[in-house]
Amino acid sequence: MNVTTTRGWDEFMEGIWKQNPTFVMILGMCPTLAVTVSAVNALSMGISTALVLIASCGLVSMMRNVTPKEVRIAVYIVIIATFVTAVDYAIQAISLALYDALGAFIQLIVVNCIILGRAEAHAAKNPPIPAMVNAAGMGAGFTIGLLSLGVVREILGAGTLFGVSLFGASFQPWVIMVLPPGGFFVLGSWLLFFAWLERRKQRKLAETAENV
Amino acid sequence: MSASIEIRSAPHVASPRTVEKIMRHVVWSLLPICAFFVAQYGISALASIAVITGACLLTERVFVRTGTQAGSLNDYSAVITGLLLALTLPPGFPLWMGAVAGFVAIALGKALFGGIGFNVFNPALVGRAFVQAAFPTAIATYTPSFVAGRFSEFIPSSLAWPFMLPPDTATWLQSKHLDALAGATPLAKWKFDGVMAGAGELLTSLSGNMAVGPSPLLILLCGIYLAARRYMDWRIPAAILGSAGLTAWILFGLDPVRYPNPFFMLFSGGLILGAVYMATDMATSPVTPKGMWVYGALIGLLTVVIRYYSGLPEGVMYAILIANAASPLIERITQPTPFGKSAMAGMGRRRKGATYPLNPGYISREDASAVTPKKRFLPNKPHKAADKPVKKP
Repeated sequence: MNVTTTRGWDEFMEGIWKQNPTFVMILGMCPTLAVTVSAVNALSMGISTALVLIASCGLVSMMRNVTPKEVRIAVYIVIIATFVTAVDYAIQAISLALYDALGAFIQLIVVNCIILGRAEAHAAKNPPIPAMVNAAGMGAGFTIGLLSLGVVREILGAGTLFGVSLFGASFQPWVIMVLPPGGFFVLGSWLLFFAWLERRKQRKLAETAENV
Repeated sequence: MSASIEIRSAPHVASPRTVEKIMRHVVWSLLPICAFFVAQYGISALASIAVITGACLLTERVFVRTGTQAGSLNDYSAVITGLLLALTLPPGFPLWMGAVAGFVAIALGKALFGGIGFNVFNPALVGRAFVQAAFPTAIATYTPSFVAGRFSEFIPSSLAWPFMLPPDTATWLQSKHLDALAGATPLAKWKFDGVMAGAGELLTSLSGNMAVGPSPLLILLCGIYLAARRYMDWRIPAAILGSAGLTAWILFGLDPVRYPNPFFMLFSGGLILGAVYMATDMATSPVTPKGMWVYGALIGLLTVVIRYYSGLPEGVMYAILIANAASPLIERITQPTPFGKSAMAGMGRRRKGATYPLNPGYISREDASAVTPKKRFLPNKPHKAADKPVKKP
């Protein structure tokens, strides 16, 4: 029992850190760059993608033994599209303003490469529970990725965080941060940061190996 | 006892003109211009120059120390970037924004590409383009020169708190009994109000209460010094000014009411500074003589087109950045014919000019990693084989 839970935890953490879809695999860049203008947008986009990811991976995994190999992609798309439609209506019901801000990117979750990639690479080969755990990890990783972009862009671009003003009325907004170039700059800076972390870790590992 | 033998690859003959020496001379030639700028705008300009150059040097030091960037702090290139950046920004530009501009100039404009000599775009202009997009209001807020008391008090917007909005300049101008129009640059006045500045005012920048940079005459003099000492190629400024002047002259001839005279076009705004100091940056301009003419002509043309037909009053920065991006391509199509390739070979149906794309000695930095074509081109027809990849670049 203990062994399986640690394995499940590892599987979950895989998506958040080692194979983070945004910062390691660089997947799903369209929504990452387009909707991260504010932290709220980024968070809701991340959560919707995660929900679709978990549900569709679960279903794909349950149907993996009855799906003919030749039409599997079509089956995945139908499954994913079903859940995307559900999420789409749910967001409309919860907040129309948010729905307008996210625009077409909710519908475009259907063709998000993270979801299709997880379905093909993991869910189609594993039983439902591990598949859903892995999907949850990936979804959480994607949400964290979007959120880290959205937070930086909202703080610099508008001086607010989740709509709460941080600096008072006389804040000078950095217009470029809410424009498309800002998305690229912030994404590049995060990638730089994570690459630096990784390199430092490897150097330390090499040093300890030498000392031993 | 025995002399050590050092074995290394070419080049073996070192010229006395090192990077450090060239850069040092550029800095020296910039000093009179900076002094003029300070005389015009007082301590605000001085603080702006100091803070921006400091930010550039600090960023350079960080990236050189982490080993991610070629070059060293002593090569003066970061000083040039800082000084030029300060000269292109309004004197009352908030100092914290200046520091952001300096950081972006070195980090995004230079360090990311690998340091000195590897950058594609002029670092100073990358910094300026960033702050232009980030703080469009602050960068368009100019103040008149030679304001009374400029050596004892700052322009209020200079001292804005980091991340805070700069105070309004219009009220400060009113307290100095100057109208708001005095804070507009000659180009903005022409573009939005149809007012043209006089020739003498433009050339010397000496008449008071005009929002202009350092005198174009002074910049040209410093440029002539650099060109005479061969620290700068004269072809690029000549091509830029010639092409901008020609385009403006043709348009002026077509419709003198709508377009300003070519003189105004050449000596207003940052065209002279851009032509002499920004476009001639060695890492970002073509190395072939023919390419320099093409490059300069492109900048001149784009500047006039942007000034006339876009919403922006000034277009030098974007013109130079676009031409920077085009310069590897310009180099590629203006390769000189090497000795031994007869001029006749270039005649007839063969393509003129660009030959020998595969000889590393001739190749621009972009082609340095060019792959030799597959051997299947070579048998029997060596000449055609050499030309083949050029035909459809």
